[in-house]
Amino acid sequence: MNPFRYERAQSGAAAIAAAQHDGDARFVAGGTNILDLMKIHVEAPSLLVDINRLPLSKIELRGDSVHIGALARLNDVAAHPVVRQAFPMVAIALEQSASPQLRNMASMGGNLLQRTRCAYFRDVAAPCNKRAPGSGCGAIGGENRMEAILGTSERCIATHASDVAVPLVALDAVVNVAGPQGSRSIVLSDFYRLPGATPHLETVLVHGELITGLSVPVLPFGARSTYLKVRDRAQYEFALGSAAVALDIEGGTIRQARLALGGVGTVPWRPRAAEHDLTGAPATRTAFEGAAEAALTGARGYGMNDFKIALAKRTLVRALEMVAA
Amino acid sequence: METVNIEVNGRSYSNEVEPRLLLVHYLRDTLGLTGTHVGCDTSSCGACTVLLDGISVKSCTVFAAQAGGHAVTTIEGIGNSGALHPMQEAFWAKHGLQCGFCTPGMIVSCIDLLRRNPDPSDAEIRAGIEGNLCRCTGYENIVRAVRAAAAAMKADEPRRSVAELLPVGAS
Ligand SMILES: Cc1cc2nc3c(=O)[nH]c(=O)nc-3n(C[C@H](O)[C@H](O)[C@H](O)COP(=O)(O)OP(=O)(O)OC[C@H]3O[C@@H](n4cnc5c(N)ncnc54)[C@H](O)[C@@H]3O)c2cc1C
Ligand code: SF4
Ligand code: FES
Ligand code: FES
Repeated sequence: MNPFRYERAQSGAAAIAAAQHDGDARFVAGGTNILDLMKIHVEAPSLLVDINRLPLSKIELRGDSVHIGALARLNDVAAHPVVRQAFPMVAIALEQSASPQLRNMASMGGNLLQRTRCAYFRDVAAPCNKRAPGSGCGAIGGENRMEAILGTSERCIATHASDVAVPLVALDAVVNVAGPQGSRSIVLSDFYRLPGATPHLETVLVHGELITGLSVPVLPFGARSTYLKVRDRAQYEFALGSAAVALDIEGGTIRQARLALGGVGTVPWRPRAAEHDLTGAPATRTAFEGAAEAALTGARGYGMNDFKIALAKRTLVRALEMVAA
Repeated sequence: METVNIEVNGRSYSNEVEPRLLLVHYLRDTLGLTGTHVGCDTSSCGACTVLLDGISVKSCTVFAAQAGGHAVTTIEGIGNSGALHPMQEAFWAKHGLQCGFCTPGMIVSCIDLLRRNPDPSDAEIRAGIEGNLCRCTGYENIVRAVRAAAAAMKADEPRRSVAELLPVGAS
């Protein structure tokens, strides 16, 4: 690992100032992603600003939103009664992320900003436009079984790896940010950038901006929700495909639906057309299959990951059936 | 260099460390506590699991500097051959180990599991140790050991309260 300077921030303002003055500075929260990447030289910050002393761990209901501090640990969020009651799909997604020791350390802010698991991205000897802009993409035409089928570009097809971001994007969670230019709030679906020609730019954050927390609007039918994750083994693995589903059903008719897909998009994927198709539709398998077709419109396989198109449809249909049952 | 003031197994230490020194290397190389193992380079295997303020973490994924001001418990602080922790006794009695490489981390994780869920089902035990890889046992006897430890610790409740699962000297 390259040497670096280490600073423990005593306030949000101090953390932002420290990062702002050094273009190669990074924040460290749980460290479960950035330490890994530093070990393999994918990240080599000159300064690491430890934000763990900042008072950003609260989880509480404020008005009609659940506020989750950026430093709230995944296990604490998953176990929180308000979260479990208001949106079970968030708790399920967290319980199926990483492992207990990692969830004890990993923070919500860090989870949203974790980097892709694309094997070429994690190998400094391989071409990768995300890690080294302009060097090419090893995954296109290479080993791409885990890569994305939605939102890809000719420069990058890497999947966004977060599980919890999937239900959060369906819930219209808002990311609260503080930075050198002041504070702002960004809806999660506007937070991530599609790879396009600039896959190294993953979010709309600018250097020095600190996530302070998330505000998740309480969805009246959020309690009727689930997260279904399909992976290569039963535990401790990233998703091949996943679906977050919340339904408002009355008398067999769907009044509203919230959907999102994981493991298949370059960003957590919100299929709004499918949500629209389900509004007013009967809660039947036929309607669910139609929605799944709509959700995968424009999906494109790259060879080894072609199977993900059918897998994502079936995952969404099954998740819809689970919630409707 | 950074100064870390850290409590390990109830004893206080103060050392000058490089910021990039991992907690696991601090424990093994600086303090000579080699019970905590290193099995991978990717935060995957769990061999390095220790308790940080009573909660399980992977010590290869924490900088020693970050652990400053906190209390660490390693397998050496969980018990010793004179006074085994019920989890260690259960691993022994139920043959929860073969080569023993994963065992220190596995035992620490299992203690954290019972802290969160004192009476887990077999499925919950399996899910609870998902972050600890064992290449020998096939996990079957580890599940048996955790079940036995849970029963023993429950029977022993008045004496072995939750406080005992916190790092030695933390209360
Ligand atoms: C073996 C393994 C398996 C895993 N499996 C899963 C899985 O199944 N599902 C899943 O979703 N995840 C999984 N993960 C990823 C894990 O969830 C993330 O590593 C973790 O959530 C990152 O959080 P952290 O606090 O540790 O981030 P850190 O490593 O501390 O930081 C990650 C990035 O975010 C930045 N950052 C952190 N906090 C802030 C903030 N408040 N403001 C601005 N920037 C910030 C850092 O600078 C860094 O760039 C796995 C990880 C491992 C190692
Ligand atoms: S898919 Fe993206 S992250 Fe993976 S090699 Fe190509 S450019 Fe890099
Ligand atoms: S050494 Fe493998 S997880 Fe720490
Ligand atoms: S006993 Fe050998 S790795 Fe678990």
